[in-house]
Amino acid sequence: MKIVLVAEYRDGKLLGSYGELIDFADKMGGESVMFLVGNDTDLPKYDGVVYLADAENFGEYNPDAHKKLIVDLVGKEQADMVVFCHSSYGWDLAPRVAFALKAAQVSEIVEIADGLPVTPVCNAKLRRTVKVKTPQSVVTLQSGAFGLTEEPAGSPVIEKIEGNGEGRIEFTGYEEAESGGVDLSKAQIIVSAGRGVGKPENVEMIANLAKALGGEYGASRPVVDSEWVEHNRQVGTTGQTVSPKLYVACGISGAIQHLAGMKKSEFIVAVNTDRDAPIAEAADVFVVADLKEFVPLLTEKIQSL
Amino acid sequence: MKILVCIKQVPDMESKFKVDTAGTWYEKTDLAWRMNEYDEYAVEQAIQLKEQVKDADLTVLSVGGNQVKETMKKALAMGCDRGAHIEDDSSSDKEPFEIAGIIGEYAKDKSFDLIFTGMQSQDRGSAQVGILVAEQLDMSAVSTVVDFSYSDGTVNVKRELEGGVKACITAKTPLVVTCQLGLNTPRYPTLPNIMKAKKKELLSLPVEDLLKVEPRQETVKVYFPEKKGGGLVLEGDAAELADKLIQVLKEKTAVLA
Repeated sequence: MKIVLVAEYRDGKLLGSYGELIDFADKMGGESVMFLVGNDTDLPKYDGVVYLADAENFGEYNPDAHKKLIVDLVGKEQADMVVFCHSSYGWDLAPRVAFALKAAQVSEIVEIADGLPVTPVCNAKLRRTVKVKTPQSVVTLQSGAFGLTEEPAGSPVIEKIEGNGEGRIEFTGYEEAESGGVDLSKAQIIVSAGRGVGKPENVEMIANLAKALGGEYGASRPVVDSEWVEHNRQVGTTGQTVSPKLYVACGISGAIQHLAGMKKSEFIVAVNTDRDAPIAEAADVFVVADLKEFVPLLTEKIQSL
Repeated sequence: MKILVCIKQVPDMESKFKVDTAGTWYEKTDLAWRMNEYDEYAVEQAIQLKEQVKDADLTVLSVGGNQVKETMKKALAMGCDRGAHIEDDSSSDKEPFEIAGIIGEYAKDKSFDLIFTGMQSQDRGSAQVGILVAEQLDMSAVSTVVDFSYSDGTVNVKRELEGGVKACITAKTPLVVTCQLGLNTPRYPTLPNIMKAKKKELLSLPVEDLLKVEPRQETVKVYFPEKKGGGLVLEGDAAELADKLIQVLKEKTAVLA
């Protein structure tokens, strides 16, 4: 099997997620080449051929042009599979490549079981095993589902790709994340509010518990999107990544984007009424309770210790 | 201006799921159904655009059995002008390429200037359909949009990347936009608008007329992931639970010391 791995480049830097692609190719037992729109000053550590298109010419986000480069490369290499990270770059580009190749796309693979890809369904409550019916396939990998146990090593053979960098969409620049406010990555104790808090007034009980524990409060995405908590307290892929001594997830179902931001916490407590919530997978202690009743009680008891 | 917004009806994710008898999807009975959350942002953005440009016609489309009309009525009550219901009792058996094929076939000679949809569904979550529709119609597409503005055929959007960074994009219509959570604040339909929506066109079209592609993948099985043991589960009276948790925190962590 011949596999094309699509590495990513952002703001002049290679993203470390390419190691996940290499691990996946190893697990598939395939022979791989890597594709990157980037720059030869920051290259992957990889024993293989890296097809490098210059980001100066092709842009860091230019789906029309990147699609064409990948499709041409798949033809040249007679590849059977194209592998992306399931990231803002990968999930945007993969369907375009799949369409051009007339190939099936399997999104957000979490593992390979008996040779078949497995993907999450319904907020990771269920899993689905998929069989591809086309000769070629395009896949995206869930962030963190694959990965090398050691740092990637090796030195690539660089093959530069030239071509037309034109596309219909114009990328005009990055806007940095809002900064300032609370740096949750330094907090030792974090109590986070999820959708289960129900209404904005209830955020206060989460903040009170955090205060009683001597920590900070955070929130999951839906709570931030509803503007009940400011963005600089968001924990997860698009917010902050935290690793406190104690993380208390209140009314948080545990979407992968949230788990990615907090699963390295030393001790995780989940408070949720839904025992099937995926947060259970990460939790050291799962308290089956309505947070609106439980959290104030717990706060009171901790205050009186 | 002609605008299309594509929505999906999904179960509430807090639901208790069961695997269906075929073992290839979830059991559809005893579930509370709602509009896919990502699509709510798509509907809201489409309505805001219509309100901005004034002279616009906004169609909401959904593929599914008769029950999806309930969700479509919400979109009509929010402010869409008309509904195109692609009647398909087995839509959940179809893979993203087929769903996109159906939508593309519907849209191909209708010259939509903008097509909005959610960046993914909450149940299947492939994040493919919107972009595949664009590819099929040879339109450009931008995914994962958290900021949208339109002026005179030019669209400025921001894509959400990892770590809260955003990519600023300029594109021309015709364009497909897939919407990320937080793009706007979806409105609640008001009672007068719910009444008005009852009179709006909601046309059902048989899927057979629009399905021209073959599936490229199939589901072998759907199952519950193995619970990774180790986690302690505490259940019971809330006050007792609080005492128990404090005990555990004292034993296992240093945070209460």
